[in-house]
Amino acid sequence: MIGLTHYLLLGTVVFCIGLFGVLSKRNAIAVLMSVELMLNAVNINFVAINKFITPNDVTGQLFSIFVIVVAAAEVAVGLALIISIYRHRKSVDLNDFNLLKW
Amino acid sequence: MTVSLNDLVFVAMALVIVVAATGVVMLKNIVHSALSLILAFVGVAGIYFQLSAGFIGLVQIMVYAGAISVLIIFAIMLVMDKSVEKTNLFSPNIIRLLAGMGLTFLLFVTLGVSIWFTKFPVVPAEGPVDAVGMLANLFMGDYVIAFETAAILLLVAVIGAIILAKGAEDKQ
Repeated sequence: MIGLTHYLLLGTVVFCIGLFGVLSKRNAIAVLMSVELMLNAVNINFVAINKFITPNDVTGQLFSIFVIVVAAAEVAVGLALIISIYRHRKSVDLNDFNLLKW
Repeated sequence: MTVSLNDLVFVAMALVIVVAATGVVMLKNIVHSALSLILAFVGVAGIYFQLSAGFIGLVQIMVYAGAISVLIIFAIMLVMDKSVEKTNLFSPNIIRLLAGMGLTFLLFVTLGVSIWFTKFPVVPAEGPVDAVGMLANLFMGDYVIAFETAAILLLVAVIGAIILAKGAEDKQ
């Protein structure tokens, strides 16, 4: 009864929640957490398509591991950047991050 | 149309994920958002186990629910000097908020409709017995360049994160 369509719809819902968070939050850490949700949605799609369309292969799982690696690197650098900016501006509000704006 | 145990597990996990993901975006306290995010990660790991991708599920629990969530909670504690109440609000710019809602809604409708009406070439099969062994063969065979590049990326990202967070010394 539950098929590939339902997994892809679950991925779509989680991706859209994450996208809304990225576009509408004002705390930089909240934006990073929403990006993590979007990456997780992509991983659900990778693993589900691998399971249902090429079940005798593991290429989808392999690429989801690459996505996890890139997400870990991204969150480490992103949080370090936020801490570094916080030290200078005393704020994590994205509206205060206007150092390059004139 | 019979409902199997597998279907019930999927429905339960999907409910956990969607409720937790909504909590990440909607909760007003950023610590609550981070805890909700951990719940969403564990739910996604459950989906992987249910899709018989046990190795990915374990990696998800170790990397996401273990490492990344600890990193996020530490960063929250490092940058919060005042009260933690009302630290995760929506943008005060109402136009940006409405544009975000509209864009998200349009994307959801587009993707949802196209997924719902697509006939996927589903192949019914049991799947490989030794999935981890096949993954290892691919990592050290066809995808070895990408594997090594990912390793270098992680090294560079960790060094960069240390330098950014600690602050480089000025030698002259």
